[in-house]
Amino acid sequence: MKLTERFKDGKFVITCEVGPPKGIEVEKVIDELEPLRDKVDAFNVTDLQSSVLRVGSLATCRLLKEKDFEPICQLTCRDRNRLGLQSDVLSAAVLGIENLLCLTGDHPQLGDHPEAMPVFDLDSVQLLSAVKGLMNGKDMAGNDLEGQPPQFALGATVNPGADPLEPQIMKMEKKIEAGAEFFQTQAVYEVDKFANFCDKVKHLKIPVMAGIVFLKSPGMAKYMNANVAGVYVPDAIIDELASVGKEKRVEKSLEISARLIKELKASCQGIHIMALGWERHVAVVLEMAGL
Amino acid sequence: MLFTQNKPTEEVLESLGEEKNIFLLACNGCAEVCETGGEKALLAMKAELEKAGKDLTGQLNVDFLCNKVLVATRLAQERDKIEEADSILVLTCGVGVQVVSKVVNKVVHPAANTVSLGGLQGLWPADERCQACGDCALDYTGGICPITFCAKSLLNGPCGGAQDGKCEVDSEKDCGWQLIYERLEKIGRLENLKKFHKARDHSKMLPSKDLRETSFYDIEK
Repeated sequence: MKLTERFKDGKFVITCEVGPPKGIEVEKVIDELEPLRDKVDAFNVTDLQSSVLRVGSLATCRLLKEKDFEPICQLTCRDRNRLGLQSDVLSAAVLGIENLLCLTGDHPQLGDHPEAMPVFDLDSVQLLSAVKGLMNGKDMAGNDLEGQPPQFALGATVNPGADPLEPQIMKMEKKIEAGAEFFQTQAVYEVDKFANFCDKVKHLKIPVMAGIVFLKSPGMAKYMNANVAGVYVPDAIIDELASVGKEKRVEKSLEISARLIKELKASCQGIHIMALGWERHVAVVLEMAGL
Repeated sequence: MLFTQNKPTEEVLESLGEEKNIFLLACNGCAEVCETGGEKALLAMKAELEKAGKDLTGQLNVDFLCNKVLVATRLAQERDKIEEADSILVLTCGVGVQVVSKVVNKVVHPAANTVSLGGLQGLWPADERCQACGDCALDYTGGICPITFCAKSLLNGPCGGAQDGKCEVDSEKDCGWQLIYERLEKIGRLENLKKFHKARDHSKMLPSKDLRETSFYDIEK
């Protein structure tokens, strides 16, 4: 089912990120999702997240589909030129995948193959436009596709914490014009700042899903503040997490996430949970957040 | 030697848009050899602009538009005429256009596409500023090249990875799109960011047959 249908139904949409493994034991990753079967609308499979070599998004999405999970296939511009990307889009349709999330992608220098050639033949806006073209039966060169064109719900990303914010919003508008139908964001910890962002993009009338990343430790929060663009974990949250002993840390972390979800819920149309290995805790957090 | 080819006149006029008062600036270096700069190209462009109903506030040939100090000094003598203009149309390579943008607080428009950096490179070096993409976009980006200044060569705006104005690849390196944003804000052209850039035509990076056959291109054979 296309994610856009859920938004149309007025549902508060919940998606959960799935990171394929480095190695071929995908079953383990998929088995962990079982408790989320009826709690999460779709599973968003990363495309070599952080430029680290892993199993591909397309294959993992297909496996999810076979187990009756709804996949969202992430597609980045980092590793394939327009031939490769368009071909993978067609392949996704052949494999029954109905949701695509188009992103620029991290630079290879951030990952475990820093010597790789950065492709970026297309950028995220051009990729969205290319997929939209395929959905209209034409490839980027203007050639007709044979038979029925593929159909997808198209997602994109935006960073509400970017400074300056204005160019992010301008690019967001271009993404919508190119075909994006929903957005997911970078991790959010500042509720007011996020509400302000949502207010600024209200006129675009597009579903936005707030990004939730579980804070595993005060150290992780500090690391993100120093190294992850547009993400700022306020001191109050770091102190709160540090106020309990290690044995209570998971519980506290989940409590913080659940509270954030409750507070963010008013300003957006859904949440996108990036559990980063804590998939087993997602169900609890959703319950605590009343979802 | 940098190889350039004129952009189609319609493309140049489209980029000038509603701007009426134009300062025309041409290079007497490599661009003259490629007939995209020099006196001849300047006069031809002047005729085209007049035909299109534009007014010239001034015109100037400079020997090497890639020499930042020389350009800054020479343009200072033309300050009034440049001030009067809505923008500067620059008849030279991508390096030269970026020099002009750097030394004058005006909108700049490139009149040519740079297709090869050839042998001897521009004096305000060089391939780190211009990759000879063959489809110059400096017009829309305030004279700062998104191909060379952005680690991902993005054409439609910043990725989400920059932090404190620095690139996700190197915290010592400015985010090219941050520079472009600041520049466009300064020259009052933020609306340029709304333009959708189609995917690049990489075949434009290959010098055309007639260019390949010039003795200049073959000079090192």
